[in-house]
Amino acid sequence: MVTFLSSGLNFLLLLSFFALGAFGSLLVRKNDRLANAWQSFFGIVGALWGVVFSIVVFMSNGLLFTANSTAIPFLTFAINIDRLAAFFVFIVSLITLFCSIYGIGYIKHYYQKYNIGSLGFFFHLFVLGMLLVVTVSNGLFFLVAWELMSIASYFLVVYDRNDENNVKAGFLYLVMTHVGTAFIVLALLLMYKFTGSFDFASIKEQSLLIPVFVKDIIFVLALVGFGTKAGIIPFHIWLPSAHPAAPSHVSALMSGVMIKTGIFMMIRIFLDILQPVPLWWGITILIVGLVSALMGVLYALTEHDIKRLLAYHSIENIGIILLGLGSSLVFVSLGNMPLALFGLGAALFHTLNHATFKSLLFLSAGSVINQTHSRNMEEYGGLIKYMPQTAFFFLVGSMAISALPPFNGFFSEWLTFQILLQGVASASIFLKSIFVLASGALALTGGLALACFVKAFGATFLARPRSLEATHAKESSFSQLSGMGLLAIFCLLFGLLSGYIGPLLAQIGNNLGAFINFPTFIAPVLNNKLVAPNSYGSVSALALFAIFILVLIIVIILVKYIINRKQKIKLGATWDCGVDLKPRMEITATGFARSIILIFSGVLRPSMQQEIEYHDAKMRYLPKSSTVNLSLHDVYRVNFYQPLNKFITVLSLRVKTIQGGNINVYISYILVAVIISLFLAQ
Amino acid sequence: MMILVWILQIIFVPAVSPLCIGIIKKIKAKLQNRDGASIFQVYKDVWKFLHKDEVISSDASWIFRFAPYIVFAITLVVGVSIPLFASFLRNSLTGDFLSVVYLLAIGTFFLALAGMDVGSAFGGFGSSREMTISALAEGGLILALFTTSLIVHTTNLFAISSVGTLLSTNYIIPTLLAFAGFFIVMLAETGRFPFDNPATHLELTMIHEAMILEYSGKRLALMEWAAANKYFIFAALGANLFFPYGIAQSFGASSIVWGIVFLLAKVFVLCIAIGIIESCMAKFRFFRLPDLLITSFILSMLAIGLI
Repeated sequence: MVTFLSSGLNFLLLLSFFALGAFGSLLVRKNDRLANAWQSFFGIVGALWGVVFSIVVFMSNGLLFTANSTAIPFLTFAINIDRLAAFFVFIVSLITLFCSIYGIGYIKHYYQKYNIGSLGFFFHLFVLGMLLVVTVSNGLFFLVAWELMSIASYFLVVYDRNDENNVKAGFLYLVMTHVGTAFIVLALLLMYKFTGSFDFASIKEQSLLIPVFVKDIIFVLALVGFGTKAGIIPFHIWLPSAHPAAPSHVSALMSGVMIKTGIFMMIRIFLDILQPVPLWWGITILIVGLVSALMGVLYALTEHDIKRLLAYHSIENIGIILLGLGSSLVFVSLGNMPLALFGLGAALFHTLNHATFKSLLFLSAGSVINQTHSRNMEEYGGLIKYMPQTAFFFLVGSMAISALPPFNGFFSEWLTFQILLQGVASASIFLKSIFVLASGALALTGGLALACFVKAFGATFLARPRSLEATHAKESSFSQLSGMGLLAIFCLLFGLLSGYIGPLLAQIGNNLGAFINFPTFIAPVLNNKLVAPNSYGSVSALALFAIFILVLIIVIILVKYIINRKQKIKLGATWDCGVDLKPRMEITATGFARSIILIFSGVLRPSMQQEIEYHDAKMRYLPKSSTVNLSLHDVYRVNFYQPLNKFITVLSLRVKTIQGGNINVYISYILVAVIISLFLAQ
Repeated sequence: MMILVWILQIIFVPAVSPLCIGIIKKIKAKLQNRDGASIFQVYKDVWKFLHKDEVISSDASWIFRFAPYIVFAITLVVGVSIPLFASFLRNSLTGDFLSVVYLLAIGTFFLALAGMDVGSAFGGFGSSREMTISALAEGGLILALFTTSLIVHTTNLFAISSVGTLLSTNYIIPTLLAFAGFFIVMLAETGRFPFDNPATHLELTMIHEAMILEYSGKRLALMEWAAANKYFIFAALGANLFFPYGIAQSFGASSIVWGIVFLLAKVFVLCIAIGIIESCMAKFRFFRLPDLLITSFILSMLAIGLI
């Protein structure tokens, strides 16, 4: 049984579930209900299968198989599922499972509006693409899988095509993802040039053939290429517009899982294929992570569109993951392997945790949007009374993402902190200052994320409704609630079991190229508490949780039933200084974050436009209405993308001069090109 | 016997914390040429509130009703996780400085949510200000505590405090710098001058009081008590991590008694300092506060650089 479960055949079976889901939904696209049932069924079954498969493969030391096809040279169907890949298959499957469960109820509001069959088709292709991206071990085949994932997700972003903004967001996404792919192609071609192979395994064996400076170039290309997918700053501009545009269960997958494929490939290339690792790679990644984490959370604070806010938090969390990965790379190049493994474990644990709590948040945000028909948080308010369960799940997600114990986010941030602190203890003053900056940034990020989620939860669910739509909100359907509920349980579970999961994830590194020469490494002991390296510290999730619950129960019993039994509770209106309290007097999401934005105005560059319309336009004594428009300067667009765009336009204009429009001229160009390439080929 | 010591540790924070607040109030009163209330007045207030009836806003949800219990329980959990009078109690399960910082953040989180829950303008702005300050303070707090853990090579608070002294070694200047950073954060986190005025109900100056404006009865008692606990936790952290003199290193009746005496003496010195600061200093304008917090951050950075 186990041998079948961990066989290549089983992997193909897993893929065929999603292929069947994809093409089957196209066949039944005429019937909305049937299309929904078909795609959800295959989504759930395939995802469950994937979870089981990945766990079995993880425990049985990996799976490797190749099916050579002679039809197209270089394009071999090579699959290599080591522990790292199995871990990512697990994440993809786990999140797909809950998104599919949630989808059963969520998709219903698209009935009669859009084609449900094509939603299923692209959803399944998207998952299929992600599964292939993390498992294939051939460069060209990888690019096919990468494109499958990107194109399918593009069609999901523009699924709600009646909104013009979504189409725009989709186009931006399409352009950016292909710019990223161009960098990836270059990196792969450079590796091919020196090793003569597209196969990851043989590139890894012959990586010594690649000159050092070419490795550095490959590093930069891969960082930009995969960083674009992961959403690192400044290549993130597609992310906050594309993720919100997609249907919510797809946003959850994109934010929770798809951007992690960028992280996966960074680990694969930097820690597995290209060896040895120079010091500056790790430092670069640390700095990139630091900037992304800090700027991501600051931009999130400025948002009042709930899904854009969550999208910016994805950038922040990618930054935190990169802090773990960067310190791992630094320790690899310093030769301190136990610490390097610990850092990698921190990064991977945060990857898993971010996938769970971010998809939970996106799903609950999706339910809220579904009920209120708006993404603007200023139009919510008081939803906890209308959607109590959704509110509770969003609260769990908020606490997890703000790194509050006992939820999972805290424990991976704890690991990240510990590895950064180990870096501070290092000897070199330069490294020390980088690590001090990184831990300071992580601490600040944690505080700002907490503020941001007080804002998000408070403005959405607390106080009184600020719009008519909000008062008509109803609790989501059972399938949506169970999708969110299961994710919430996993947020707690991964936190409570952190002592077991943490060391397990550190083992993933054991068969990566960077660690292969250190066989003396002892497998970490599974423990009920997380232990930092060099016995710096430890924390036990179970003890924390147990003590907290115990104390809480004792306090409640003491105060409520022993000290004060005869007490009466009277319901009254909120004190309002004697005026009639209106929903407009509540604090809004914008108002809540305003003071932080002003404090960071140096980096955020907020702008304010005020337009006043007068009854008497000439005299300007009696204002009729006034509009205040708060926004941020788009630094990246103005300082980076627009000059680039201008440059390319100018270049294209220059190139235009050789295009005469006469067909004879073009034929002569072709002739010249052929002659030149014949010379070059010799 | 060990169990008795643990029980003492558990009830120590809630038992002593109102006294500290009473002492600060007394000092301020004396400096203002008033007689002031007894230093035990805070106990009487809490007891009185606990027996009063309550008014709860009809807009409030379960967050508002449940938050005082969570906020108070968190301070008790933190009280167990930090060294008070005995460093031999090596709590390796929750006694890590990062878990203490993030446990305190749970309290802040629910306090701020409760402030927003009733939908008054006061509560909302109180929450906004509180989150602004605590977001900026967190960096300074973590780096300040980290300075000490870097000197002792551990992040466990009990292990740090068991060193006995940091000042006799080569680490005098980093310790003092980090303590200065910590002290600023302490003023911010516990809502003292120049960040917040604990005695005011004036809308422009409130932070903590604005968030708990709608509370009454036993929930108000819990909130006030939790604030006192939080103050005592910070004072004890400052006293035991940066100046770990006199803490009971081994099990024994006399060392525990001396540990308690030393702890109270150190905390009372801090209380006197805060009382004097509050009497001769004005509250800062809100947008001046980030400068102070960034100063704390930089002081701790400097301290780490000097180690």
